[in-house]
Parts: sequence; structure tokens; C-alpha cells
Amino acid sequence: MNTKQEAPWLYTISSKHSLLDLNLKEIWRYRDLLFLFVKRDIVTVYKQTILGPLWYLIQPLFTSVIFTLIFNRMGGIQTGPVPPFLFNLAGITAWNYFKECFMGTSSTFLKNQGIFGKVYFPRAIMPLSITFSNLLKFGIQLFIFGCFYIYYVIDGKTISPNIYLFLFPIYVLMMALLGLGLGMLVSSWTTKYRDLNVLLGFGVSLLMYLSAVPYPIAEAQRKFPDFVAQFVAYNPVSQIVEGFRIMFLSSGTFDWSKLLLTFIISVFTFFIGLLVFNKTEKTFVDSV
Amino acid sequence: MSQVILKAENISKQYRLGTVGTGTLSHDLNRWWHRVRGKEDPYLKVGSVNDRSTEADSEYVWALKDINFEVQQGEVLGIIGKNGAGKSTLLKILSRVTSPTTGEIKTRGRIASLLEVGTGFHPELTGRENIYLNGAILGMTKKEIRAKEAEIIDFSGCARYVDTPVKRYSSGMRVRLAFAVAAFLEPDILVIDEVLAVGDAEFQKKAIGKMQDISQGEGRTVLFVSHNMAAVKSLCTRAIVLVHGQTAFEGTAQDGVDFYLNLEENSSQGSSEIDYSENPVGDLGVKLLKVSTEDDYGKLRSTFLQSENIIVKIKFYLNENIKGLRFNLTVKNSAQEIAFATSSHEKTKHLLSEGEYSLELTLPSNLLNNKQYVLMLNAGVPGRQVLIEPIDVLVIDIQNDYSSGSTYIEKWPGLVAPKIQWKLDA
Repeated sequence: MNTKQEAPWLYTISSKHSLLDLNLKEIWRYRDLLFLFVKRDIVTVYKQTILGPLWYLIQPLFTSVIFTLIFNRMGGIQTGPVPPFLFNLAGITAWNYFKECFMGTSSTFLKNQGIFGKVYFPRAIMPLSITFSNLLKFGIQLFIFGCFYIYYVIDGKTISPNIYLFLFPIYVLMMALLGLGLGMLVSSWTTKYRDLNVLLGFGVSLLMYLSAVPYPIAEAQRKFPDFVAQFVAYNPVSQIVEGFRIMFLSSGTFDWSKLLLTFIISVFTFFIGLLVFNKTEKTFVDSV
Repeated sequence: MSQVILKAENISKQYRLGTVGTGTLSHDLNRWWHRVRGKEDPYLKVGSVNDRSTEADSEYVWALKDINFEVQQGEVLGIIGKNGAGKSTLLKILSRVTSPTTGEIKTRGRIASLLEVGTGFHPELTGRENIYLNGAILGMTKKEIRAKEAEIIDFSGCARYVDTPVKRYSSGMRVRLAFAVAAFLEPDILVIDEVLAVGDAEFQKKAIGKMQDISQGEGRTVLFVSHNMAAVKSLCTRAIVLVHGQTAFEGTAQDGVDFYLNLEENSSQGSSEIDYSENPVGDLGVKLLKVSTEDDYGKLRSTFLQSENIIVKIKFYLNENIKGLRFNLTVKNSAQEIAFATSSHEKTKHLLSEGEYSLELTLPSNLLNNKQYVLMLNAGVPGRQVLIEPIDVLVIDIQNDYSSGSTYIEKWPGLVAPKIQWKLDA
């Protein structure tokens, strides 16, 4: 039946799925949609609220105050020359971006089943757009961190950033990849088994305490049982949080091999997440 | 010259009946265990044909089974079938919302579907912002949308509100805007479901006109899924008829529509003949035995085109000699409003002796409107005796065939829609 002038098939719809098909080409074709979703998220989140984006500031500030009271005043965790409040604010700012990406993308399929059930576009656009729009939130929180930073410098505290600050984009990328990858994995699994959604709420807050957010990794090594300390040390999120504090506050120890490991884990998680996600998108409508 | 732009090979889709719940994990594990050993999915072998009305004998059901078809470039293919025949499942597979259980569809062009208009509208965004968002969701690039923005706004008739958040729109305006975006899509293959039941009358006409343009004027490849036989007949070049998830017919649109109308059970209420002979109606002198509806060729039918005659046959038995008898046939719409009534009095008023009789009447073509009618029958001797209380006997479906004189496919007002001659003088 094949004649010369027949063009090759553009694409095939079937249940088969090659294992390593990441669908990146199609995601690129839909980049305008990605941009519009990001814009939509940013524009609409705080419509009809009085304080608007100020809400982005209140959560990290209050959490830092509480952490400072509990962990530093009551628990006596030492943060060296760095003021405890600034130390906590740095940790929370880094943690928050990871958490927002993770939590925001983990319910992709459940939240969007209406639209996914009607039109096709590469489903990965949705979690990607969440990751991008969270950057704005991250930026605002970074700004308030900067304000307090300057305040403390003027106040005469001996804090300074260091050369590793150039790695900042890499750290942001790792946070995004890790949160996005985990979120896509969870959102794929929850289409059929909702148990994970229940687990996620407290699982994430537990993870925060094991990710060196309110304490330095060195402190964990001194005081935690060995296996917990090991987990904290190799946990990519605590590496990212600690790295963030090293860059801005020169607090903590920097290790290239740990950075490399964290980077590999982040990229790996992202690709696994994307693979599982792409596999799920084909039939999730039937099982959700 | 014209090439196959889309080819479906052995498309099947299996669904699990009942609630997807506790059993899924064990089935999933079983599937996985078979896959690990390189065996076929054990649940693909089971499953029954998808007949909604019969009791299922398996937990799995084939919503579609071995569908094969090809679409040539520029062809308008109608997909017809009653509710539950698998039309929507096929559409969902074509628009890549879900994937087939087995088989594959190959395509040489991009497919876009109008499964539901207004997908992804965000209430907080303005009309203009939603045009961009919705267009992008449907697969347009920003550049394409920008080029058509003015046309879209103009077509929707919402120019005044275009910078107002969509949540302030009336539902009609929202639909107009949504359809306007969808109407300006330009994919290689367009999949259209029946989206016509929305919007006010004026807008419906606009929308249908646009659809006719798309499918006729612009030579686009279109897959058109519909219940509306007149639409299929006038828009499509070819049609396939789905019955219980299988292709029952493939051929020209005209033949496809005929095939569909001749399917025995295509009326929503089900039957073209009602037999009372086991349990006759009427305990006085007259017993009603059977009522049926047929077409001109004597075939029992319950769905008719407006351009067809409907022959109603009434069989009854007289226990005694009766003088002055009459049967009345009342044609009502489904809301029980009477369209008209007709009586057999002229033919049955003289003395009739005991025995079996049959009456026949013809509801003329180009009289009934495009809707469902209930036929009600009663019998008696006027002024003296009620022999059979009014009883709803049959339901008939009338399909649009332009007898109103309008060449649009649309809902037409009125209990009846008789064909009226118009004359135009220059």
C-alpha cells in the first residue's frame, strides 16, 4: 500500500510505550502553553486578597521566629557567628522552594482530571509550570531574606557570603528537579492508590526535620544516633539547605563530592519521575 | 493523489466494571507477575461485548473491540451509534486523552478535538487572557492566536467584555467565547463531538454555519460524531456505525444513516411494535391486539426521517357487533402536549360484526418536527361508551431532514413542522 509520495506517519497512538521516551520534543512544542500556565498561576493566586503577595512573606518569617525560640533559645543549638533568626530564615527559604515544588506537583493528576480528561497536551507541562511559578514565590522570600541580611550586616554582625555563591543557580536547579521529580512520582502513584496523599502531609513535615533545616549538619552528626546522622548527611535536601547557608552565611562545611552526589540524585529523580509520569498519563483517565 | 491521513488498526479498549477499589491491587500484581514472566496480560482474554442492557458475565468489558478504519485527506467521516456504542471512547482515544488497550492509530497530521469547549477557562482571567490560555491548551501557538485574536473576539460577540474577568460573564457568553476559540483552530484533523446543544439560538446557527464551512469549504479532514442524522447526511462523505463497540457498518454517509435508522433498537424507548395479544387491552367489546409503526416498505421502525411516511397499524378484535365505533390516535410530544389527533370514525362508524380487524393510517411525511413523539390510542362510541381508555402505545423518534425549510441543522420550534411552500418574487 505504500506509494512513494506518502509521507511518514507523524505519530502513533497506542498503549505501547518505549521505556526511555521522555517526550521532550513535544513539551518544547507546547512551550507557549507552559508560559501561559505560569502567568495564570502568578496572576490569579492572590486575586481578591488584601495583602496579596505579602502572604508569601508571613509564613517564612513566623516559622523562623518559632524555630529560633524553640531550637536556639530553648534547645540551645549553636549557629556560630550567624544570628539564629537569619540562620533559620535561610534554611526555611531554601526548604520552602523544594517543598512548594514537591507538594504543588504531587497532586497534578488528581487536581487536573477535568481538563486532562478533555484535551491532550503533554501532561508534564502542568508540573513544570508549577515549578516555574513557584520561582516567583522563592524570589520574594529571597528578597525578604536579603533585607534581614542587610539589617544584620548594618547591625555589625560578622556575616558574609563566599565564593560558592556562584553555585546558586545550580542549587536552585537541584531544588526544582528534586521537588518536581518526587512530585511527579507521587502524583502518578496517587491516581490509583490514594493512600500516598495521606502519607504526604506529615511525611513532608517529617522530612523537614531530617533535612537540617533548623540545625547545621555538623550538629546532627554530634547529637543524633549514627544512622539518623548518616541519613541527614546524605539526604539531598539537607545538602541543598546546608549549601544555601554556606553560600550566603559561610556557615557549614562545603564538599564538592557531596554536591556532585546531590546533583546526580536530583537529575536521576527528575528523569525517573518524568518517565513514570509519562507512562501514567496514557491511562490515568480510566483509573483516577 | 489523496493519501490516508489517519489509520486505525484493531483498536480495542477494555474497561473494568463496577467500582475500581480493593480488587485492583491484586489484579495489578497478577498483571505484573505475568509481565515479568513475559506472558500476556491475563485480563485481556476475558471481557464481554459491550451491550449495556444485558447482565454482564465478566468483570471486564470491551468498550471498543477491533475497530479498523482509514480516513483520506479531506474526507469528512461521520461516526454514528447509539448511546454507549463506544463513540466517546473512540473520540477519547483519537484525541489522546486515554490510550487504547490494544491496537494503534497512525496519523500523518495533528489531531485537535472539540470534545468540550471552554476547557481550562480560568474565572479570574479576562476574556482576552482566556482566549490565549484556551487556544494554547488546544494546541495553538501564541503567534497563531495573536493572528486570529480579532476574528475570535468578533465571532464570539463579546467585544465589550473582553477585558473583564470571565467569572463576570453569563454562562452563554462563556460558551460563545469558548466556541469562538475552538472554531478558529486549524489542525490537520479536526474531531468534533456534538457540541451544538449549547448557547442561544442565534449563536447555534453561527456555530453550525462555521462547522459547515470547516467541513465543506475548507477541505479539512474532519471526524464528526453525532446523533443528528441530518447533520451526518449533509456534512459527511463517509460514515461508520458503531454497535456495542464494534464496527457494524462502513460506507457512504447516506447508507450509514439508513443502516442506523434500520437498527432494531435505536429508539430510546425501544420498540416499533407492541403486542397485546397475550394480554389484550380493553375488557368491553373491543380488544386491542397489536400496534406497530412501519416505513413505506413495510419494515418495522421506530426512528424516521422527517421526509418519510410513517404507517401506523392497529389490530383489534370485536367480541360483539358494534355500531358507531371509533379509534382515536393522538400524537403528543414527550411533555404530553398534544400536537394533533385523528380519528377512524369515518371508516368504522357503520355496524361491524364480531371478528378481527386491522386499521392502517399514514402520518404523512414532512409534518412532524425533529423530536420524540408519543402515540396515544383510545376507542369508544362517542356519547355512549368508552371502550378503551387512553393508552400510550408507542414512541417514535423523528430525525431532522430540513422539512422546516431551513437549511441549517438546528432545533426548530413548534409541535409540528409541516413543509410549507414559499415563493420568492424578484
